[in-house]
Amino acid sequence: MKITREELIHVANLANLKLSPEEIGPMRDQLDKILSYVDKLNELDTKNIAPTTHAISIQNAFREDVVRESLDQKDALSNGPQQNGEAFVVPSVI
Amino acid sequence: MEFETVIGLEVHAQLKTKSKIFCGCSTAFGAPPNTNTCELCLGMPGVLPVLNKKVVEYSMKMALATNCRINKMNRFARKNYFYPDLPKGYQISQFELPIAEHGWVDINVEEQHKRIGITRIHMEEDAGKLIHDEHEPYSYVDLNRTGVPLMEIVSEPDIRSPEEASAYLKKLHATLRYLDICDGNMEEGSFRCDANISLRPIGQEEFGTRTELKNMNSFRNVQRALEYEVRRQRDILLDGGEVVQETLLWDANKNITNSMRGKEEAHDYRYFPDPDLIPIVIYDDWIEDMRNTLPELPDQKRVRFEEELGLPGYDAEVLTASREFADYFEEALKHYPQAKKLSNWMMTELMREIKGEPSAVQSCLVTPENLGALLTMIDKGTISGKIAKTVFTEMMETGKDADTIVKDKGLVQMSDEGELLDIVKEIIAANPEQAADFKGGKTKLMGFFVGQLMQKTKGKANPKLANELFSKELNK
Repeated sequence: MKITREELIHVANLANLKLSPEEIGPMRDQLDKILSYVDKLNELDTKNIAPTTHAISIQNAFREDVVRESLDQKDALSNGPQQNGEAFVVPSVI
Repeated sequence: MEFETVIGLEVHAQLKTKSKIFCGCSTAFGAPPNTNTCELCLGMPGVLPVLNKKVVEYSMKMALATNCRINKMNRFARKNYFYPDLPKGYQISQFELPIAEHGWVDINVEEQHKRIGITRIHMEEDAGKLIHDEHEPYSYVDLNRTGVPLMEIVSEPDIRSPEEASAYLKKLHATLRYLDICDGNMEEGSFRCDANISLRPIGQEEFGTRTELKNMNSFRNVQRALEYEVRRQRDILLDGGEVVQETLLWDANKNITNSMRGKEEAHDYRYFPDPDLIPIVIYDDWIEDMRNTLPELPDQKRVRFEEELGLPGYDAEVLTASREFADYFEEALKHYPQAKKLSNWMMTELMREIKGEPSAVQSCLVTPENLGALLTMIDKGTISGKIAKTVFTEMMETGKDADTIVKDKGLVQMSDEGELLDIVKEIIAANPEQAADFKGGKTKLMGFFVGQLMQKTKGKANPKLANELFSKELNK
């Protein structure tokens, strides 16, 4: 297995996912398959290839420092599950 | 056991752009909640961030001003974590390949010169603001600040005392203000500082366990929080205990640091290059263009004030510590070209009135031109130095110029010998005992006589002339 049970639980925590004990086994199997597949890439010889972070060859796309109109407050808040007319309301975080 | 303090600082400076780092929303402070947001700020799917060119240019200016090496190729990364002030679930920041690295600034603490290394400077977006309800179990999220451009400046662990930390911060602050790329307002959060601090026995190579301090929103608070933390860690170590690596919040009301629990376990940000943003490539001619826009910086100005204007080191240091003081001084100097006298007035009278607050100098009602005119009046003998101080106070309150106040209040110095001589004679005649004592050798009584004269003339008598006249008359 490419991923331990502890690693899986750690990754789930980082992703804010609560896994039930029954879900852990199958999830581990699935992730193992994905990791094995990705591992295949290591078989390629990349000795003479520079590290690539972007697949397109353009660089330096900038915008000028110009203000444009923002959304209405009402529209901005409209997708929030809970709001009070001016702010999103979330469970207390302190 | 003696300990050495080791401090490293992380400064977040909000860049003074009109629009946000990756979209066109306004960065204005104080707008109603959630009115400066768009699809991008709100973290909606399918949006594409586009970098504000000013953010790159401002960061390049700071990099050059702090002797950093600019990375010709730099790029953005995603820093992943969950918090309600971060709708996307990641902050766009720089990780590998930040815009600049390996710089330094010089500081002076108690006449000691010291160089503090800068590890890196990187660009990133700010998160939103959370307001916590005092009564209900809710927090309110305002995303206006989301995407406001920040520059993070990370120092090497070269700082050895809270005083040095304060001096370093002030130097960065002044540099940002001279460059005019950050408004530097600490209360509004435009200039924020986190500190890493640890202690180690003197002579030990290896660093001790550090704590991270947050929530210090003034230079004074940074210094006090660090002083507190030095004492706290020293007490623990002397008791044979171990410092726990944790994040602490400074409580400015109670003057203590408190552990900030909760956010600790998840310090696994899984940085990776942001695929939405393409790399930034900085060519030499762009760097040179930026270098050519740099103004005279605090250190250069200080040296010039000392060498060309002949100011003492201390004066030059105080006057160049903030751009506001330096600008005021230089403007006033155009109207009154005697640097040392002007500096004396600024460092005593003006500083007292504005309580040493650089921002207050801009709104101060005495213009540099009017201060110059006031000092000219002293030199010409129109008013005495003492009267000038009262006139100055009045100028601060009313914004009137010195000439108007002096005329309105009839404060013109009495320098007419004949006029003064009559009063001098009157005073001597009215105080025969003191006059006799003076003649008998009690020369200290001169103060008494001049005092009488000042009382009679409401302080307007020319003090030099007064002394001369009394000497002459009493020694007859």
